[in-house]
Amino acid sequence: MIRVQEDDFDIGAELERLTAAAGGAGAVSCFVGLVRDFSGGETVSAMTLEHYPGMTERQLGKIEAEARERWPLDAVLIVHRHGRLEPGDRIVLVATASAHRKAAIDACSFLIDWLKTRAPFWKLEETPEGGRWVDADPEDTVAEERWAAHRGKRGHG
Amino acid sequence: MQMLYFGWVRQRIGVPAETVAPPDGVRDVEGLIDWLSGRSDAYAEALRNRDTLRVAVNQELCEFDAPVGIGDEVALFPPMTGG
Repeated sequence: MIRVQEDDFDIGAELERLTAAAGGAGAVSCFVGLVRDFSGGETVSAMTLEHYPGMTERQLGKIEAEARERWPLDAVLIVHRHGRLEPGDRIVLVATASAHRKAAIDACSFLIDWLKTRAPFWKLEETPEGGRWVDADPEDTVAEERWAAHRGKRGHG
Repeated sequence: MQMLYFGWVRQRIGVPAETVAPPDGVRDVEGLIDWLSGRSDAYAEALRNRDTLRVAVNQELCEFDAPVGIGDEVALFPPMTGG
């Protein structure tokens, strides 16, 4: 399930709903991304996330479908916020449920890596020097490519 | 053709969206970017560094040689930073 929203989310309530939807899953894994108060040696007082309504949901849906193809998942949840957020605020929740822990943990890791480079969001940080767009991190592309190589090795297309 | 701009592309061009009518010779994304760049210094500056420009046609990521035409929704933006 995919949700893109301005509002905050309650991690406990989200995980309970996911667990209920997953039926007899034996493992739930989750990742929560938060706004940091520093970036590149500068203090960050707030961050505004802009996104591409419509395409965002499509891309997140594709990422979820890709994860379900690779691992036996009973439930998937991605909640991604947009708008103006402050340090400590939650940005994103990724949660996966599966019969066993490895599939749940690996799929969760895969989803967050792919979100970084494939979900159409752009971040504007507020710093003492003024507004600054967050550049894509080459490390994120490396992380994404690692999964592409992993897929190749497993021979799943 | 419906144009959408995001991130610093939007900031430099100065509008988030607009309807444009490129001439018949514009058949792909590359041609569209060339044509837009000729409209003003702001467009030229926003679209100058093509290595850092990404494009989606009808909400699907694509390359610069993707065809575009009347009725398409074309978005130009910097590399995505989700998560």
